[in-house]
Amino acid sequence: MQILRKLGFYVVALFAAVTLNFAIPRMLPGNPVDILLGKLAIQGPVAPATRHSLELLFGSDTTGSIWQQYGDYLKAISTGGFGISVTYFPTPVITVIGQALPWTLALVGLATFITFVLGISIGTFAGWKRGTWIDSIIPATTILQSVPYFWLALVLVYFLSVGAGLFPLSGGYDVRNTSPGLDGQFLSSALYYGFLPALTIVISSIGGWILGMRNMMVSTLSEDYVMTAEAKGLSPMRVMITYAARTAVLPSVAGFAISLGFVVGGSLIMEQVFSYPGIGNAFLLAVQNNDYALMQGLFLVITLAVLGANLLVDLLYVFIDPRTRARG
Amino acid sequence: MPEPINPESVDLLAAGPDARVAKGGGDSLRRLLTPKFVVGAVIVVAIVLFGIIVPFFTQNPRAIDNVGLTPPSAEHLLGTTQVGQDVFAQLAHATRGSLIIGVLVGALTLMLSALFGTLGAYIGGVTDEAFSLFTNVMLVIPGLPLIIVIQSYVPKKSIFLVILVLALTGWAGGARVLRAQTLSLRGRDYVLAARVAGEKRWRIIFVEILPNLLPVMSSGFVFSIIFAILAEAGLSFIGIGATGALTWGTMLANAQNGQALLFGGWWWFVPPGLMIALLGAGLSMINFSIDEVINPKLRTVNVAKLVKEAATA
Repeated sequence: MQILRKLGFYVVALFAAVTLNFAIPRMLPGNPVDILLGKLAIQGPVAPATRHSLELLFGSDTTGSIWQQYGDYLKAISTGGFGISVTYFPTPVITVIGQALPWTLALVGLATFITFVLGISIGTFAGWKRGTWIDSIIPATTILQSVPYFWLALVLVYFLSVGAGLFPLSGGYDVRNTSPGLDGQFLSSALYYGFLPALTIVISSIGGWILGMRNMMVSTLSEDYVMTAEAKGLSPMRVMITYAARTAVLPSVAGFAISLGFVVGGSLIMEQVFSYPGIGNAFLLAVQNNDYALMQGLFLVITLAVLGANLLVDLLYVFIDPRTRARG
Repeated sequence: MPEPINPESVDLLAAGPDARVAKGGGDSLRRLLTPKFVVGAVIVVAIVLFGIIVPFFTQNPRAIDNVGLTPPSAEHLLGTTQVGQDVFAQLAHATRGSLIIGVLVGALTLMLSALFGTLGAYIGGVTDEAFSLFTNVMLVIPGLPLIIVIQSYVPKKSIFLVILVLALTGWAGGARVLRAQTLSLRGRDYVLAARVAGEKRWRIIFVEILPNLLPVMSSGFVFSIIFAILAEAGLSFIGIGATGALTWGTMLANAQNGQALLFGGWWWFVPPGLMIALLGAGLSMINFSIDEVINPKLRTVNVAKLVKEAATA
């Protein structure tokens, strides 16, 4: 029941995102079809059918009723028919996304995981040692939290790449000496190139985890059951981890959704600084080139990824919080 | 159903129901005046004054000169940009621009989140279910990509459009926290008493419930200012912010396009980002202090010291 309710919510959310994607071009001024056809005409001859398919995609097609258009649109996107990218003409949008997605998934996924583990550990410790010097570094983490991702990226590139020459200026891997594939040389190159982008994500998003966890620890530690555990003479490590932290981590896990949204948004813009070959860079190229098909496809895929990650975390939550199972 | 919770609001929800209502008057004001609050307030006030007063006395921030990309000097306090514009003057005007956007988005967001947060929770039933579902859906759809898509479809991007879009996409977090608070308030004895006494519905919402939500709302207001300034900076950085505006984000975008990184022009791209970080830190410190007033559990004591004292006594 619990799980069904959750699934239902994500279906509604996905439906809302798809509908927003359909409605935005129809509600806002500007005619992307003319802009796009102009661009396409420069790159090569345009088939007459292209105009119609673009119109379908962007809502300037007035032949059918709005419901009919909506139906066509749903049919098109359910088969991955996001249209043709102008930026990477004449590659279909779905192919462009397929090439860019693994980069961002690996980068943001790994960085978020590292940040979560690190932030929760520091937060647990700071809450446990509340009122001491460790706790007093907490306000400093808010500075990190308010630093724009892309600015931190600029500063890191300036000092570590331009200044010290430790890291590459931009890109996702060594283009000259390696080619994408599952060999050690490529993977180590990708790790090396991905280090600074990942560091940027870790530094600028860790503050929220530390703070949230620290505050929950402080609240949890004042609970009677923690005092009972202490009174029983259990080892402090055991009280801290299996008694206090285990309960205190729940809101952080539940708050994953909002945090992930921020991380994804931040990394989208950050990728531009590094010219990282991921979703963010494709998104921004699409924005600069008025590539609406690519932009909307990317918006849907990003939303899908975020919703998927949240669903996963939510399902996980049911297993780590016994109360939700009892209630369901 | 355990719903995602904003880390900032966690402490509010964790506190007992009675902790949520500030006891009003001088007591909570005195408690608010912690060192954290004072430091935060000094930073914020300094930046606000800088944005209000200094632009009247600076050089023209857009005036072009042939001294491109020079380091800080007596004549140009923070050096010049690639086309010889005074960075200090730009910073002052950009501070004003970013602050205006931040405050207006904060105010709009507050109104929207109050509307969706309190109304549904007070009325209850299907209305609450619908408002709550809407809020959660808005919360889970990633905001920035949505903002970017909307912004790219509009040919003429005025500063008010940016403000409107940021507010329309940023209210959900606040609404959630307010809903939780309202749910706990509407069942209180004094609200029931007001209802029995025949007070009108709007009066109960505005006079009985809203004042008790003020601490939570102010914390949400502060948070949405930070959100708005960060989001605007991001939008301007990728070139789809308000056309012709001068904000911290447009400064950073110009610095990136002017290759400030490669030419070592730190004085161009470091100050705007630092201002954002400082303002954010100042506002968060104010937020912490508000949180500690609302939630007594967060007020910290040095446990180790207490134990030692108890042992020696």
